[in-house]
Amino acid sequence: MENAKHKPSSSIAFNEMLTETGAVRDHYRDIAAQLFALPMEDLSQKQREAEILFRRMGITFAVYGEAAGTERLIPFDIVPRVFCAAEWERLKQGLLQRVHALNAFLHDIYHEQHIIQAGIIPAHQILKNKLYRPEMQGVNLPNKIYAHIAGIDLVRISENDFYVLEDNLRTPSGVSYMLENRKTMMRLFPDLFSDNAVAPVEHYPLMLLDSLRESAPVDCSDPVIVVMTPGPYNSAYFEHAFLASQMGVELVEGKDLFVHEHKVYMHTTEGPQRIDVIYRRVDDDFLDPTVFRPDSGLGVPGLVDAYRHGNVSLANAIGTGVADDKSTYTYVPDMISFYLDETPILSNVPTWHLDKQEDMAYVLAHLSELVVKEAQGSGGYGMLIGPTSTQREIAAYRQRILAAPENFIAQPTLALSTCPTLVEAGIAPRHVDLRPFVLSGKEIRLMPGGLTRVALIENSLIVNSSQGGGTKDTWVLED
Amino acid sequence: MLSRTASHLFWMARYIERAENTARVLDVTHRTALLSNDREEAETNVWHAPLNINGCTETYLAKYQMIKKEYVTRFIAYDPDNFSSIYTSLMLARENARSVRGAITSEMWESINATWLEINRMMSSTGSEAQTCFFDWVKERSHLFRGVTLGTMLKDDALNFIRLGTFLERADNTARILDVKYHILLPSVKDVGGAADYYQWGALLNSVSAFEAYRKIYRDVITPQRVAELLILRADMPRSLHACLNEVETTLEMINGISGREARRRAGALHASLHFEHKENIFKKGLHEYLTEFLEKTDDLSREIHTGYLARRDEIAASAAPQRTFAQVQ
Repeated sequence: MENAKHKPSSSIAFNEMLTETGAVRDHYRDIAAQLFALPMEDLSQKQREAEILFRRMGITFAVYGEAAGTERLIPFDIVPRVFCAAEWERLKQGLLQRVHALNAFLHDIYHEQHIIQAGIIPAHQILKNKLYRPEMQGVNLPNKIYAHIAGIDLVRISENDFYVLEDNLRTPSGVSYMLENRKTMMRLFPDLFSDNAVAPVEHYPLMLLDSLRESAPVDCSDPVIVVMTPGPYNSAYFEHAFLASQMGVELVEGKDLFVHEHKVYMHTTEGPQRIDVIYRRVDDDFLDPTVFRPDSGLGVPGLVDAYRHGNVSLANAIGTGVADDKSTYTYVPDMISFYLDETPILSNVPTWHLDKQEDMAYVLAHLSELVVKEAQGSGGYGMLIGPTSTQREIAAYRQRILAAPENFIAQPTLALSTCPTLVEAGIAPRHVDLRPFVLSGKEIRLMPGGLTRVALIENSLIVNSSQGGGTKDTWVLED
Repeated sequence: MLSRTASHLFWMARYIERAENTARVLDVTHRTALLSNDREEAETNVWHAPLNINGCTETYLAKYQMIKKEYVTRFIAYDPDNFSSIYTSLMLARENARSVRGAITSEMWESINATWLEINRMMSSTGSEAQTCFFDWVKERSHLFRGVTLGTMLKDDALNFIRLGTFLERADNTARILDVKYHILLPSVKDVGGAADYYQWGALLNSVSAFEAYRKIYRDVITPQRVAELLILRADMPRSLHACLNEVETTLEMINGISGREARRRAGALHASLHFEHKENIFKKGLHEYLTEFLEKTDDLSREIHTGYLARRDEIAASAAPQRTFAQVQ
């Protein structure tokens, strides 16, 4: 909590490469020696090469609000972020523990709801939540897994303190960047990889495929798996196509599927083919127009019915949003002790709920120090970052809060750790966060790496790609 | 294979092939225009041909009012408003590829994407003066893409639908190119069989990379009958109608499943008619009439392929008894 209240400044934030005395940490030594020894022109040249590679591979994302089909390149920084084996091991234990508890929680609230009966989470927090899906009540899922793919957003504020910012349990994206960033780095700096034992991440698609196979309906021995996308104009379409091709499965849209006698089929050149597992990258709301939004053209009529019959598996399950909602987030440490009887390894960011009187009073009095977010928002849109906002922006945001306090939460402004980053003036520290990916099927798996997002603008704390953030390759060194 | 995927692959291949052949049409037109002594005549007469062939005369005239070499070239090469321009074809090829990135190899995607980025760069840097080197570039990109496709893709139905698209489009386009001569009038009747006529047929052969083959096979002067025989009936000529239909028929045979029965029947019939045709009959019927009929038949075939493989079942017949369809899968 003390750390969390530091002002966001590069000089105070934890520097992942340099110690307080300015010495290079062991696990960054090779990068400092080899990469930073290159003249600036060479580094800029590499940066340009990286851009050309990304553009040629068509690794682009669409930006909402710009003309339909506008494709932009996500900026890539050529300086990798490095974790040593010990750092990672601790993170790993924390992540597996957290995802384990979240899945247990989802199973519980869609069945007996012990956690509510025990008085740990108030019933209204779950049952009144827009993301709670009564349709899922009593539905039994293979392995009792709901969040097959979880992306946990972390920030680091000191040597040993990682805070979880957000649990993404619906359709977390970004894993394709993790993979392409690695591929690009290996093309640009092969020597760095021969000198360092960097844990591989390239097998992620195979692990995903294994997890999906394990999640097939119980009586299904050789499941047909598909990736379901909203279509080419979705911001993460590249990733959907990428994962489908890496796994060697079909990439389908809702219109390619239909339901007949509670079973799901796809239209193929040889006639209809039965489908067993859908890795869906379409939100709950759009999955089935007969159950959720009737205006959805992206979904499949009857899909939920087939799902409830146990004839098809969805990854992630319907209704996981109730567990990654920013207001449920507060209870995750309690879930860990309730379901696993363990002490949480990763901390939560202290959070104020504006539907509570005393929290609200505190937050309104300290708006200029805090970060305020919409409880159900995402993508870095609609946030207030107190310390970097003008009086007018704060005043305008105050009005939004007062209009519907229950929609907001507030957190202290965290001093995100920094990593060396190539900017115009040379190598400089920039704030970063981390999204590792956890896969759950019959077993639970964590990729040694993840997506590091970096705020390229000096002192900025917003790492979202839609708001001027970039990405880095993330290395986990093996002993 | 997913019907929609097959459809995107089929059309991706068609648009690439169309871009290449449109470049060939412009190329033959340029070459022919150079042969004409009478410049004004060349403008209005010769430059009408590519517009007619692509069926875009009306949209062109709505935009430019007059036939002029620069305008026509720009319209057919670069104009995004022209649905059959090279630019639009490359854009649609890429859009289709983008929709099925998972079904093509990354080399194919990089090739098609690089082509698209390059043509956009050309448009912004060189203005819109299309030159022979541009036509060559389009052809090269198409050759490259085909090579990458054959060199990297698994030989499964995905490749079959790509080849189907390529050869169906090529058959259509070769027929259209051959028909250029019908649209380009000779200065007068007495020129038939004269020098101008000879050079026009020569330019046409060149545009479909058939000049050398002609020399090798006939070792004689260029006559319309022989050109027609070469580009319609010879199975060993890679861009001839016969060769294309050969590929279409064998590719259809290789596609799994039984949904394309009618398409196969039509492809077989069309192939047989080319296989057993007498070259004399073509001219008896009239070359233009023969080609027009051929184009109609390829259209029908294309429609049958759509119905048999590419369309979703509910698009074709919502009334079809589902039980029967299901029996086919299991």
